[in-house]
Amino acid sequence: MIAELGLAALWLAAALAALQLVAGVLGLTVRGASLGDAVRPVAIVQGLLALLAFACLVYVFAVTDLSVKLVALNSHSMKPLIYKIAGTWGNHEGSMLLWVTVMGLGGGFVALVERRLPERTMLATLAGQAFVSLGFYGFLLIASNPFERLSPVPAEGNGLNPLLQDLGLAFHPPTLYLGYVGLSIAFSFAIGALVTREVGPAFARAMRPWVLGAWIFLTIGITAGSYWAYYELGWGGWWFWDPVENASLMPWLAATALLHSVSVLASRDALRAWTIMLGVIAFSMSMIGTFLVRSGILTSVHAFAVDPQRGTFILVLLAIYIGGALALFGLRAGTVAEGERFAPVSREAALVFNNVMLCAILGIVLFGTLYPLLAEAMGAKVSVGPPYFNPMSALFAVPMLVVLMVGPLLRWRRDTFARVGRLLVIPAMLVIAAGILVVVIGGAPLLPFIGLVLAAGLAWASVLPLKGRNLRRVPLPVWGMVIAHFGIAVSLFGMSSESAFSIEKLVALRAGEVTQVGPWDVKLDSVEPVAGPNWTALEARLLVRYGDDGKVTQMLPQARGFWAPPQQTSESALLTRWNGQLYTVLGGEAPAARQAGDRWQLRLWWKPFAPLIWGGGLLIALGGVLALLGRAAADLKRISVKDKIASRRERQGR
Amino acid sequence: MSAQASPPPPKAPGYMLWLPLGLFIVFAGLLLVGLLRPADRTVTSALVGKAMPQFALPPALPDRPGLRSSALADGKPHLVNIFASWCIPCRVEAPQLGALAKAGVSIEGISVRDTRADLQAFLAQNGNPFQRIGADDDGQVQLALGSSGVPETYVVDGEGVIVYQHIGEIRPEHVDMLLGKLKEAQQ
Repeated sequence: MIAELGLAALWLAAALAALQLVAGVLGLTVRGASLGDAVRPVAIVQGLLALLAFACLVYVFAVTDLSVKLVALNSHSMKPLIYKIAGTWGNHEGSMLLWVTVMGLGGGFVALVERRLPERTMLATLAGQAFVSLGFYGFLLIASNPFERLSPVPAEGNGLNPLLQDLGLAFHPPTLYLGYVGLSIAFSFAIGALVTREVGPAFARAMRPWVLGAWIFLTIGITAGSYWAYYELGWGGWWFWDPVENASLMPWLAATALLHSVSVLASRDALRAWTIMLGVIAFSMSMIGTFLVRSGILTSVHAFAVDPQRGTFILVLLAIYIGGALALFGLRAGTVAEGERFAPVSREAALVFNNVMLCAILGIVLFGTLYPLLAEAMGAKVSVGPPYFNPMSALFAVPMLVVLMVGPLLRWRRDTFARVGRLLVIPAMLVIAAGILVVVIGGAPLLPFIGLVLAAGLAWASVLPLKGRNLRRVPLPVWGMVIAHFGIAVSLFGMSSESAFSIEKLVALRAGEVTQVGPWDVKLDSVEPVAGPNWTALEARLLVRYGDDGKVTQMLPQARGFWAPPQQTSESALLTRWNGQLYTVLGGEAPAARQAGDRWQLRLWWKPFAPLIWGGGLLIALGGVLALLGRAAADLKRISVKDKIASRRERQGR
Repeated sequence: MSAQASPPPPKAPGYMLWLPLGLFIVFAGLLLVGLLRPADRTVTSALVGKAMPQFALPPALPDRPGLRSSALADGKPHLVNIFASWCIPCRVEAPQLGALAKAGVSIEGISVRDTRADLQAFLAQNGNPFQRIGADDDGQVQLALGSSGVPETYVVDGEGVIVYQHIGEIRPEHVDMLLGKLKEAQQ
């Protein structure tokens, strides 16, 4: 019953999306203008119906209604409730439903609150949003119905995938999805503005909170995903340039560029066509990323379920939306009036430079991700990894970071280097000092070296915009910018330090033996078998000590074997100090064990300052949150002032 | 630096506005090709046509010698079979390996990530066609050979050069083909 209700709500939502599209388009014409009034309410109801459908799916998962095929395939009555609920979006159909729900709610929210834009642009925007939603509704209802029933009803569900029973993994995908889909609103705004040719500061202010919100979720999602891969896979790495990771990085790069250019448009009315272009690109990257992951064409070696029918369906949707938007851009961008001008040395110019660098990195990542596909089409097999991605992206990231030190200090429109030069003396000295320091303590490879010295300069330069200001009166968005830029310095320092100074050691120890890794003494105390609910493990008890006089701490890495399905995993044990992380993994019995008694393989890493990688990522997201709060507060204030004026006028009888 | 506001970067010519669309069409075409091609998931070793990497594996069982790469370059072609007792397809191919051994082919085994007891039980049940069996307990030699799974079988000529890699189990219809490859390797 509940499943049927959900399906009905989904069909109704799809029908309303079609109505929203038709009414929005007709509302733009002279004769159909009266239809335009229907668009906002329809958008709101459409969002609520999508939410109802999603709530129904969560319900059937929560009560484990096994007559629903999706539940039978992906859930199990014995799972803890939290993982049952997380299971709703831990599969293809459910995640697509989450996608359209977020999209519908986003569109409805815009329809409810956004009053600044000319009504024609709003109509075109909401029609565009409906057009995109409609494709995904069609995809759900035709090719992946989440509410399909199963007959006969199975006695028990299929899935009790141990890997998915991790809180981090349960909430990481929806976070990324919120980011991806938030960008769809920016996309629709760009389409709306192209249709009516009304691109200006009001448009940018309306678009900005959506870009900011989506960007915050993407930042958190990527940071969390990287940390999950780091501790769960037990390989000691935190970024592998895997297609799935790249799929989330590309929208982030585009959204970062968009975030900055939309600020220029909002405050200076410059970069009109460029902002529109980025609005289109950012959501296109989200869709492409989802397509690459869902269709399985790039991850075939990871044995994902490949479904060519679905892949073709999504590809057709991509062709219609991205191709259509880019064609519209080609037709209309030339006629969008030119924005304000600015000098080569100005804050606008610095932002343009960084925008171009971000897009170049995006191009590098996209090309590297697709190159295996290109090579395969020509009959060769290659995989592309860090030797390509690291130096190629650094080629553009390094100039970008240099400009990042200067840019926020420059004035809008026109400035001179002479004015900001004095401010930059200290950061420049820090860069040199850091360089000397690194050489003195033993040097580092080229890329981490550049990263370390730039991080030192950037950490100082990023807080300079606060210099000489009354800190209590600094607006929240400026705090946000400072914190986010400081976060980049922190994260960059963590990455470079991890890559330059990590010490790795692979040893085979008998119980009682001691080894050194970096400043740590590691003693293998014992190895004992332990058992969990659906696994058994060998657990090593390590007694570790930092330096000669440190406290002895216990660490318990495990080599786990799950029996259903049979799978070996390494549960690493991590010990965090202020200056780094000790990372330990228990391998199996060493090959020579049979001859030489019990020797156990241990993999040990000492990673100086590695936790700063993710700490920096969270600081960047925090900066975004502050900026968003500041903007929202300003908007609320303006709305309430407007209301006051209006009500006063009313009272005075005007 | 600049006294008057110089003009912004010159307005992009018309075709620049169409460039993104053009790039996207190329991209979509590429994805279409990738989607419609039958997925080919076998990973061929890059070592075919090259000499065997150097290795020396300890004996996996007391009654057979271990395997060193130098033993393969003795002037005769060899069949090197990568297998494991925990691998189901390895049981499927056991009769074919037996037939090849009966035909006079010298077959060398590399047992991957196995224990002695399991291995003994496996060979007792499925027959033992191997001249030598090397124990590759941490899978390093398997990796060095560019093998992505078990079972895989390599045809190695008298100079220790890999001439053919067979991925997956040897089915009855493959036996003649492998004998042909071995004959070719002899010349």
